[in-house]
Amino acid sequence: MKLFEIAHSRAGDKGNTLMLSLIPYKESDYDLLISLCTAEKVKNHLKDIVYGEVVRYELPNISSLLFVCNKALSGGVTTSLALDTHGKSLSYALLEMEI
Amino acid sequence: MKEKIRIGGGAGFSGDRIEPAVLLAQKGELDYLVLECLAERTIALAQKRKMADPSKGYDPLLEKRMEALLPFLIKNNIRLITNMGAANPLAAAKKVIEIAQRQHVRVKVAAITGDDVLEIIKQNASSLKELENDKTLDNYDLISANAYLGADVIVKALNTGAQIIITGRVADPCLFLAAMIYEFDWDPSDYDLMGKGTIVGHLMECSGQITGGYFADGVYKKVSGLENLGYPFADIFPGGSAIISKIEGTGGVVNLQTAKEQLLYEVLNPNEYFTPDVIADFTKVHLRESGNDEVHISGGSGKEKPSTYKVSIGYKAFFLGEGEISYAGSFAYERAKLAADIIEKRLKEKFAELRIDFIGVQSMHKSTFGNPVVPYEVRLRVAAKSETAEEAALIGEEVEALYTNGPAGGGGARKCVNEVVGIVSTLIDRNSISPQVTIFQS
Repeated sequence: MKLFEIAHSRAGDKGNTLMLSLIPYKESDYDLLISLCTAEKVKNHLKDIVYGEVVRYELPNISSLLFVCNKALSGGVTTSLALDTHGKSLSYALLEMEI
Repeated sequence: MKEKIRIGGGAGFSGDRIEPAVLLAQKGELDYLVLECLAERTIALAQKRKMADPSKGYDPLLEKRMEALLPFLIKNNIRLITNMGAANPLAAAKKVIEIAQRQHVRVKVAAITGDDVLEIIKQNASSLKELENDKTLDNYDLISANAYLGADVIVKALNTGAQIIITGRVADPCLFLAAMIYEFDWDPSDYDLMGKGTIVGHLMECSGQITGGYFADGVYKKVSGLENLGYPFADIFPGGSAIISKIEGTGGVVNLQTAKEQLLYEVLNPNEYFTPDVIADFTKVHLRESGNDEVHISGGSGKEKPSTYKVSIGYKAFFLGEGEISYAGSFAYERAKLAADIIEKRLKEKFAELRIDFIGVQSMHKSTFGNPVVPYEVRLRVAAKSETAEEAALIGEEVEALYTNGPAGGGGARKCVNEVVGIVSTLIDRNSISPQVTIFQS
């Protein structure tokens, strides 16, 4: 099964850093996401995109995770040669992860 | 003191739709309307327009927005707070006065300046370092430098009685927080309240992104009426809790899912969200659905504000040359790959950074994550950086030349060259800036 079956996500950017939220449709799946979606696993899944460290933040109050991915936007939003310079579409790259 | 105030979020970026903001002003029973119109690069581009014409450099849609909104702001006695001043808040304020005079209405406008710190940055360029890779700023051909100001100077402007407040660079949540501080007489050193207000501002600053915009997938996240998306308003209470909703009958949705996505949007560290007013803690926030299209927010907090201002700096980076051409039908991907091979062989010596994408295959995620790729059509995209516009133009010319020199059936070639403004950030001491309020009256 892929992540998009049980969770949704929005991507954000600051400089060369990409942030990806991961929000289960059912709050009861939060613990499952905590055990299945480690920072290491996300880093490995996005290895062609994220060259730096991936830090995972847990937000139990809203049953959500946030992955902050360093060195992920080809040098930064404003000087990247990518079509999607902000990496706005990358939320759906995360949701392609097999769990 | 009021029991609650209502603030509408009428724009989430400079090109945002105008009619949902007008609807908010018309029917939203608002006390305040906030229009957030400045992305990272917007102000550097505005600075270039100001250099070409000193009466310009504010938001290109300011006139259109104000023409449409002013009658309802006056009629319903709504105060407007906006960063549409961009690189020139004084000229923006004068333009608003001109519009008011054309519409025969009396209005007091406050322009906030002091965020433009280009001279300070230039003088200290050899000692100031940019935050991401530690290079000193004398390595850049600087265009603009703007400090993210806080809520304090907006509160000062509200105290003058001005109905319309126009700023340049201000941290986005502060546009909202200022109204809360002013109306509820909050103490700016009460960091718990500053944190709560900042979180409400953060949820509101992208406007339609909390009412179902940038959310729907048409399958698991179905949202109706996006063609008529309603923009949000927040009812904020003196203790810092709030309810976010939208006007009945408009498209979109406000629910836990949209609120969660927006709460975490562009957050670098949910334990410490830096603004000039506070370091807010997002991890303590509670969200609950309190009604149809209604989310209740409570529980955020914060700690003492940072001693520095963040400064966003625009510089001349390079010329970007781009070319595209499409292939469709049998062997479309193979023909696109053949075209890419030709381009690479002809251009790789000339350009240090050359990027080739197959649109429809891997241009967005660099990978297809194991999904099978049999596209019926593929668009080849070539992009490169160059010191000069002439050399950058070569990219598009070479792609176009694939018509008669490349694979069969290429069509729809396009080419362009753009000068790119880069952005870096640095920090400067608070005491080096003194923001000003200037009043204009129609």
